Amino acid sequence: MSIWEYANPKKFMQTSSWALPWVTGLAVLTLLTGLVWGFFFTPDDFRQGSTVKIIFIHVPSAMMAINCWAMMLVTSLVWLIRRHHVSVLAAKAAAPIGITMTLIALFTGAIWGQPMWGTWWAWDPRLTSFLILFLFYLGYIALWEAVEDPDTAADLTSVLCLVGSVFALLSRYAVLFWNQGLHQGASLSLDKEEHVADQFAHPLWLTMAGFVLLFVALVLLRTRTEIRARRLRALEARERMA
Amino acid sequence: MLALLLRDLRLATRAGGGFGLSLAFFLIVTVLVPFGVGPEGGTLARIAPGILWVGALLSCLLSLDRIFALDREDGSLDLLATAPIPLDGVVAVKSLAHWLTTGLPLTLAAPVLGVLLNLPQSGFLWLTLSLLLGTPALSVIGTFGAALTVGLKRGGLLLSLLVLPLYIPTLIFGAEAAKRGAEGLATGTPLLMLAGITAGTVAILPFAAAAAIRVNLR
Amino acid sequence: MMLSVHDLAVARGGITILDGVSLTLGAGEALVLRGPNGIGKTTLLRTIAGLQPDIAGRIDLPPEGAAYSGHADGLKATLTVRENLTFWARIYGQSDIAPALSAMNLETLADRDAQNLSAGQKRRLGLARLLVTGRRLWLLDEPTVSLDTASVGLFAESVRAHLAAGGAALMATHIDLGLDEATIFDLAPFRAKPPRPGQGGDFDGAFA
Repeated sequence: MSIWEYANPKKFMQTSSWALPWVTGLAVLTLLTGLVWGFFFTPDDFRQGSTVKIIFIHVPSAMMAINCWAMMLVTSLVWLIRRHHVSVLAAKAAAPIGITMTLIALFTGAIWGQPMWGTWWAWDPRLTSFLILFLFYLGYIALWEAVEDPDTAADLTSVLCLVGSVFALLSRYAVLFWNQGLHQGASLSLDKEEHVADQFAHPLWLTMAGFVLLFVALVLLRTRTEIRARRLRALEARERMA
Repeated sequence: MLALLLRDLRLATRAGGGFGLSLAFFLIVTVLVPFGVGPEGGTLARIAPGILWVGALLSCLLSLDRIFALDREDGSLDLLATAPIPLDGVVAVKSLAHWLTTGLPLTLAAPVLGVLLNLPQSGFLWLTLSLLLGTPALSVIGTFGAALTVGLKRGGLLLSLLVLPLYIPTLIFGAEAAKRGAEGLATGTPLLMLAGITAGTVAILPFAAAAAIRVNLR
Repeated sequence: MMLSVHDLAVARGGITILDGVSLTLGAGEALVLRGPNGIGKTTLLRTIAGLQPDIAGRIDLPPEGAAYSGHADGLKATLTVRENLTFWARIYGQSDIAPALSAMNLETLADRDAQNLSAGQKRRLGLARLLVTGRRLWLLDEPTVSLDTASVGLFAESVRAHLAAGGAALMATHIDLGLDEATIFDLAPFRAKPPRPGQGGDFDGAFA
């Protein structure tokens, strides 16, 4: 029994159809508990008031925005090396989820930033990095959409994901340099989760777990859709040949 | 390899080769900026390094889709891929040809346009130097983008969408070096980073681009 | 042996179209691929040329053995005939283009821009490109498109000379070149059958 067995589309469909309801249920349960706990059973911050509670959406979505790209990088590599279709279809399925997570992080950040800093947007290194990540997702998805042949699209997007990862990292450091080189250190820093009190940390951990589960559920669901779409394509092609 | 370089240079300078188009575009963009931000000398001097870098970057983008699309149309790319020269080498030579016909002229034109934007005296050397170090990276990254989109009928817009995010680090370090130079500050770090990016992209991206072309040809 | 293809399967757009193709080609031999449109002549030639991967089977080809010529001639409109030809000669490490010019009757056009040539003249230039590659095996895809009768004769003549000099040619063409040396190779029997459900292993189980 090796992990590569799940790279077989048939096996993947069987396993995922069994696992999907459980993962979905668990995701709903964890998210609901975490969010209710976070929103209603934590005290207001003495400085930030109740606005701080957006942390329970903002931080997990930001985390998943990055993790999703990391997952796409791994699955793209698996496709390039081992040619498993499920792997690259999972990457394709994950991209729209990742870009949504990035958008949620950016929007909740803006909503949080307005009362805190008095501005919706600042060219803080971290904010800028997320904007750049958004652009990378956009390019990746656009390339999938533009190329008609699925295997060609899979190869090209995987190469782009690989090269893009390097450049995304490079951009991260470039941005840090850019806004801390000449100017004083960023006056607006988002490094809050490092010193959040325990009473915030516990529900935060729960919502983070919830977002991971939600992500897994959505990727499974969307990968199943992609596999079905590929099967449909193959059936149509066979129809034309016969 | 040399034959390929000479052919590409010759094609670029013949009628319809598009040589000079990027330069004209660069000029126009630079001329438009004062109309947008006002003629006040201090403002222009402050933003000049950044504007010139962004302008050079956009002008570079303009000619990217010609790198492979024309060769693809007339079948040359098929023939080059089956010829006894490595495809990575073909890609590298084509990047070089693109830089010689686009990046280098832009670099040489930038100081002249700097005069229009009231660039401080101390900035000219650093602007030229940063462009000289950075534009090869723009050409190589652009060649990679062109390789990804060579199979597409209308890949021009997609090409910009793919390539521009990849240009961000080069732009940041390049413009930073030019800006610091203009303000009389030390430029060592950004210039070194810029050189590093150029060296890294030249070493690695031709292989990725060749792989993308092989995928697109089959 | 110039080319030996064993049990080859090729695909277009992810679908196997030819299956179990075996052929051999020795020095001085020519093979003409026949079959209705869409059977996969171009795909087969491109696969042998190494432009796309095969699905199954084996292709034995001496390294640096083949020169491929596709539908498009790879000519640059703003370069002259001589410049175009010199370029390809140098890519293949050759230098002398005079014999190719004269074989394709292009001497008088040598300094004309390729954009000012007629379709047939362009095609002749494309075939002259084959001559300057110095390769012994030619892979030709519809080499006689837009050629007039005289030019077809010219082309047949150069193929004959190539074969006589120990070369070989594999080509896809519909018209009769009048080459006695050429053997007809019909691709119709190798048309791949559409896979039935359950066939083709686990991959098919999910995808088709």
